[in-house]
Amino acid sequence: MKRTILAAAVAGMGTIAFAETAPSDITFGEYGQIEASLSGQPGDPAAGLEIMVARGKGNCIACHQVTALEEYPFHGEVGPSLDFVGERWEEADLRGIVASAKMTFPESVMPSFYKTEGFIRAGDGYTGRAAVGDIDPILTAQEIEDVVAYLMTLTE
Amino acid sequence: MKRTLTSMGAVCLALAVPFGQAVADEDADLVVNGELEITVRAPAPAHVENLDEITSGWVYRSTETQAFQLDDFENPGMIFVDSGLESWTKVEGEAGESCASCHGDAEEMAGVSATYPKWNDNAEEVRTLTMQINACRTEQMGAEEWAYDKSDLLNMTALLASVSRGMPVNVAIDGPAQAAWEQGRDLYYTRTGLLELSCANCHEDNYGNNIRADHLSQGQINGFPTYRLKNARLNGVHSRFRGCVRDTRAETYAVGSPEFVALELYVASRGNGLDVEGPSVRN
Ligand code: HEC
Ligand code: HEC
Repeated sequence: MKRTILAAAVAGMGTIAFAETAPSDITFGEYGQIEASLSGQPGDPAAGLEIMVARGKGNCIACHQVTALEEYPFHGEVGPSLDFVGERWEEADLRGIVASAKMTFPESVMPSFYKTEGFIRAGDGYTGRAAVGDIDPILTAQEIEDVVAYLMTLTE
Repeated sequence: MKRTLTSMGAVCLALAVPFGQAVADEDADLVVNGELEITVRAPAPAHVENLDEITSGWVYRSTETQAFQLDDFENPGMIFVDSGLESWTKVEGEAGESCASCHGDAEEMAGVSATYPKWNDNAEEVRTLTMQINACRTEQMGAEEWAYDKSDLLNMTALLASVSRGMPVNVAIDGPAQAAWEQGRDLYYTRTGLLELSCANCHEDNYGNNIRADHLSQGQINGFPTYRLKNARLNGVHSRFRGCVRDTRAETYAVGSPEFVALELYVASRGNGLDVEGPSVRN
């Protein structure tokens, strides 16, 4: 698959802005895949690694074993090992799974990391209190891209 | 997409043993003080549709944590049972009564813990053991209520659990308790918070699996109150529920709320057939 970059130059400002796709505006493919970058920019695998292991961010290793992340304890067994995941899936599939896993795996226990609506008793982080105002997705568009870029490095 | 879901299942099975977690002896038996046999595995009651076998949380703890419960002198929870026993005989309130003046020795209460939460006909409500203790204090003794899941109450529930150890949990779910039981069941299967996880996602679909450093149990409450090594004190059922709901990044229900009373009834009923083992020790 060819990566589509939705970069748009903003005239007159001399800077580049990128078209970010909001969670409610995503177009999913037949298997839940998302073709275009959500941030309009490529992901950074090194930043993605940090998000994978951070408790307050992706905390992906809470559920998934990843041999390349062995130095970061502890790894869970709730989901499958992510070793070789960059070979098993296309980038668009991984973007769809990380953003909204239930589009690919109905009823999955895997959280949707790029979702802002339709929650039951949404909380304010890990405080146990109700969320106030608009709900931010667990990961930003760019953080999703960073995680996907990291997953694409898990090839052998 | 390159792979099918079937091949993904194969990947799942090939998963290597995760790094660093403490190992549990899931086949161990619990015998306290070398004589009191506690049933930690039992056939699932008919109303627990998705499980064949029910297991106590003790089964999933590390060998070191399991060991604390083998001997009452090693079990830090038993210190709080002694405090509960002091309250048992202490006269408090306007009526000049103690628990003992109505109920006799604490041992007379053997079996009581195993049947709570329970419908109370006069009050027309489902009462947790905590609510019943407070009803005794306010209605019989003319004493102040104790705060829900705080030390005085936890000491007393620890005492009452300790005299029921080795007796099977047997909570009634039919008759007037049925509506609360159904409400509790709905709560158990509701996916809450930004992580959209239900009790069942962790404790029914994934018991025996690690989630980060934690080895997931079935989330049974036959061991409550539990002494947790993490906070070095007794912990109540509703406080535990609160922590689990909070961890789904949800707005939790309050300790002592009707929702948690209903959930406690439902979760207790999932353990019908396991023996009472409180005060238990967990990490
Ligand atoms: C609460 C558990 C949980 C968390 C947290 C979680 N996942 Fe998952 N994940 C799963 C489960 C379970 C599956 C298997 C799909 C299913 O539900 O059938 C899965 C599947 C996947 C797959 C497909 C794997 C394959 O081999 O085909 C990828 C990729 C993935 N997750 C990445 C992530 C990333 C990246 C994160 C963090 C940003 C994450 N997961 C967080 C539970 C989780
Ligand atoms: C994100 C995963 C997760 C969810 C969702 C969750 N729990 Fe837990 N729960 C845990 C972990 C981890 C522990 C500690 C290890 C263990 O005993 O399973 C735990 C422990 C418990 C315990 C203590 C068991 C014992 O033997 O001491 C109870 C009771 C419990 N949970 C009930 C619930 C209920 C009821 C819900 C839903 C309201 C719930 N949990 C939702 C992860 C979860």
